[in-house]
Amino acid sequence: MSATMIEKIIERNVGKAVKPGDIVTVFADRVMIHDIFIPFVAEKFEEMGFQRLWDPDKVVLIYDHLVPASQVDDTRHFQVGNAFVEKYGLTHVHRSDGICHQLMPEAGYVKPGDVVFGTDSHTTTYGCVGAFSSGIGYTEMASILGTGTMWIRVPETIKVTVTGKMPENVTSKDIILRLIGDLGADGATYKALEFAGDTVEEMSIASRMTMANMAIEAGAKCALFAPDEKTAAYCETELTKEQKALAADRDASYVREITYRAEDLVPVLACPSQVDNIKPVKELKGLPIDQVFIGSCTNGRLEDLMAAAEILKGKKVAPFVKLIVTPASRKVYQEAAENGTLSILAEAGAIITHPGCGLCCGRTGGILTDGERVVATNNRNFLGRMGTSRVEIFLASPRTAAASAVAGQIAEAGF
Amino acid sequence: MEKFTGTVWVLGDDIDTDIIIPTEYLALKTVQDMKPYAFSPLRPELAGKIQEGDILVAGKNFGCGSSREQAPEVIKALGIRCIIARSYARIFFRNAINNGLLLIENDRVQEVVAEGDQITVTVNQAISHNGKDYPIVSLPENLVGIIKAGGLVKAMRKLNGLD
Amino acid sequence: MGMTIAEKIIAAAAGVEAVKPGDIHTVEVDQMMSNDGTTHLTIDMYNQKLDNPHIADVKKLVWIVDHNVPADSPKTAASHKKMRDFAREHGITYYEGQGVCHQIMMENHVRPGELIFGADSHTCAYGALGAFGTGVGCTDYLYAMVTGKSWLLVPETLKFNLVGRLPQGVYARDLILTIIGKIGANGANYKAMEFGGAGLSTLTMSDRISMCNLCVEAGAKTALMEVDDVALSYLKERGRTPKHIFKSDGDAVFAQEYTIDLSTIKPIVAKPHFVDNVVDAKECAGTKIDEAFLGSCNNGRLEDLRVGAALIKGRKVHPLVRFLVVPASNEVYQEALKEGLLQTFMEAGAIVMNANCSVCWGSCQGVIGEGETLISTGTRNFKGRAGHADSFVYLASAATVTASAIKGEIATADML
Repeated sequence: MSATMIEKIIERNVGKAVKPGDIVTVFADRVMIHDIFIPFVAEKFEEMGFQRLWDPDKVVLIYDHLVPASQVDDTRHFQVGNAFVEKYGLTHVHRSDGICHQLMPEAGYVKPGDVVFGTDSHTTTYGCVGAFSSGIGYTEMASILGTGTMWIRVPETIKVTVTGKMPENVTSKDIILRLIGDLGADGATYKALEFAGDTVEEMSIASRMTMANMAIEAGAKCALFAPDEKTAAYCETELTKEQKALAADRDASYVREITYRAEDLVPVLACPSQVDNIKPVKELKGLPIDQVFIGSCTNGRLEDLMAAAEILKGKKVAPFVKLIVTPASRKVYQEAAENGTLSILAEAGAIITHPGCGLCCGRTGGILTDGERVVATNNRNFLGRMGTSRVEIFLASPRTAAASAVAGQIAEAGF
Repeated sequence: MEKFTGTVWVLGDDIDTDIIIPTEYLALKTVQDMKPYAFSPLRPELAGKIQEGDILVAGKNFGCGSSREQAPEVIKALGIRCIIARSYARIFFRNAINNGLLLIENDRVQEVVAEGDQITVTVNQAISHNGKDYPIVSLPENLVGIIKAGGLVKAMRKLNGLD
Repeated sequence: MGMTIAEKIIAAAAGVEAVKPGDIHTVEVDQMMSNDGTTHLTIDMYNQKLDNPHIADVKKLVWIVDHNVPADSPKTAASHKKMRDFAREHGITYYEGQGVCHQIMMENHVRPGELIFGADSHTCAYGALGAFGTGVGCTDYLYAMVTGKSWLLVPETLKFNLVGRLPQGVYARDLILTIIGKIGANGANYKAMEFGGAGLSTLTMSDRISMCNLCVEAGAKTALMEVDDVALSYLKERGRTPKHIFKSDGDAVFAQEYTIDLSTIKPIVAKPHFVDNVVDAKECAGTKIDEAFLGSCNNGRLEDLRVGAALIKGRKVHPLVRFLVVPASNEVYQEALKEGLLQTFMEAGAIVMNANCSVCWGSCQGVIGEGETLISTGTRNFKGRAGHADSFVYLASAATVTASAIKGEIATADML
């Protein structure tokens, strides 16, 4: 046997050996639909002539992009969603509990080895617990809701190994940004990313989520971390023998292998307007900014907020600069409230919003205008993503973002 | 073999889904409502100029970014007959096929075509421009099936015995 | 002849011994508040319409971004940027995203006896600290900003003598809605509403702000309350001192006097689409709602959040209701965190937002759609105010709003 993780997951799912390039039909263990697309999914589902969901227990509906509603037509999505829930008997519904990609692993909807599809490109996130998860469109989702299956092409795998101890102000965000810069925005198109090495083994699930989340920015179909004890603890389960065996075989074959020494890594930024336009923070130090955003499914978790609070404690956000903090989920918000993190952030002058996609999806929560510059912890800096096409978006880790908020300019934490 | 001719619009590399249709307009009720905003962050005038049957020629990684299916839908609604790009992001690729929008992978025409040129496409065979032919690779079997059915919705209707 | 509080403040601001209703006086304005609703227009006029643009006294200006914060569109972001750049250039006291303007003014700026202009109708809230706060348009605002002065027509005063004490489960919000219902939406047009009497001393600062704030919904030019120990200790805690404490003279002339017995007040709901369309809250019981809003300059203070949190603790928001809880300021937010109130709301399934005007103003976060119904502690229930033109807003107290959020339909706290 010599299989990569993705090959093993697919084999387990379809019950036969596969190799990259094979086209196979997989069975979905779970699917996720969010508020922006539910009206379209519902319409296509009925147009396709389905009468019932293949398995209501496997379907999760999450309102996150439009919470709270900022345009009068937004609430139509909730109404359509609520009617769909009622008609087809959905039970897993979250109406204001946070961002879909945070909730799916956090609420236990995803387990190691699962095959999961979601109507959102950042569905790759669930690879953090060793699930094959990928984003699809609403037509495809409608067809899965009816059949429980989807065709896929078994992807080749790029293996990324990180070893060693990360410098203090380097986070998993800096690793994934560096990787995207090295691979290019299409460097992993149609492929799976597999992460390995003692650095990622040391990482929390939250940090792994950040990396799996952004794999799509290199075009990847999915990103995988082998399930381990941390995964088991996060999923509140014991790993089965099968799940333990999901780690790639030693002699598995990869289309490409990339290795980083953690000690060599530095805090970086993705500069406007491509996620693969990576530069060290040092090079851009001193560039004045107007706003900082800490949040999103990439970096809105407790450890991210705590990292920011550590830097902001006893300090104030620079005058005329806004710091917007959007916890990734209700649970994250509550934990951050309980352990004093939110107090520190609010005292520093942060604007703390309800958990949701907020600014990252560009509909509300801190939209910018011509000539403004923002440092943000989310996943995309595309032209016009957070306002007009003359807004400059720099993507960074929560540490870099917090240090920049205090300085009022791009700054490196610890300097 | 199906053959058509159209006027070319030229775009660059990494045309992302937020350029194709910004999130701000995603909750508009219909794709028709979204049409005027297509490509607006990059070229606000473009949507108003595209005519039925036109062809988009772009660089690598076309459609990268989100899974929003409005991206291929709005392009189709604008009347674009097909896209020719060096490569496509995978979600966009699936979404386009599922909606019956023809995508062609080719990395040579970008060097020769200019905006406003006429090109002729012979499906699964070649692109013709200025008397020169550029061969194109045909799509995998399973995708041809979906396109033949007229998109995934029609394929599923057939499955459910409706058409 | 004696004068009312409003007359005395105007006389002092005009530098004259005495004024009487109907007089027009040139007055010195003590403070000028402006928010992101209109400041961009003021700046445009400042830059384009003036021969010699300048600011009389920059220390008198307070600019606050609260309506659409954080920005929800490039357009609002542009108006914020214009405001921010101007404030930075001229050294104007500036807040962005730190709370609703009137709450920030009460917490940090308003002093008894001052005459304050605000480019927002609910500026009358400052009367809770014995200041003459009045809403103005941007032309008036600009004139005062450039000259430090303005003109005012001395208003007649309606006097409300409060007696007794509100029953358990009835709030200042119910009281002021009752009063507005009684005198009508134009019942105090051009007039000042003055509150006094033994009943006043039973009301907290939060209650008082809530009452004065809403007086504009009866058309009032301003609202004023007698400054007592409650007001003075609020001021002292915040390190401020009164400019002057005015009291109406014994022989002051009021256009009308009312005696309101607080013990007779019941939970009230103002039905769509007018604030004076008030009924006993129980008459609306059972009306299905889509959204509930606890917040605004009217009812987004700590006490309001305490009322809501006490009711919802151990309960859940109805699954089909969006319950928005929006602290009125960052200060309130932090206090509510400390007391665990926000955690209680989050636990119950509420949407806890940053301090801003939210759905009260209907244009930022939490707007309602076509045919939807909102029950709100906001200031207004005008048609379309909270979102779609074809939607419905009921106004009520924090208790009634929270109870309704739990039930999924309009309900009073005792119906839980």
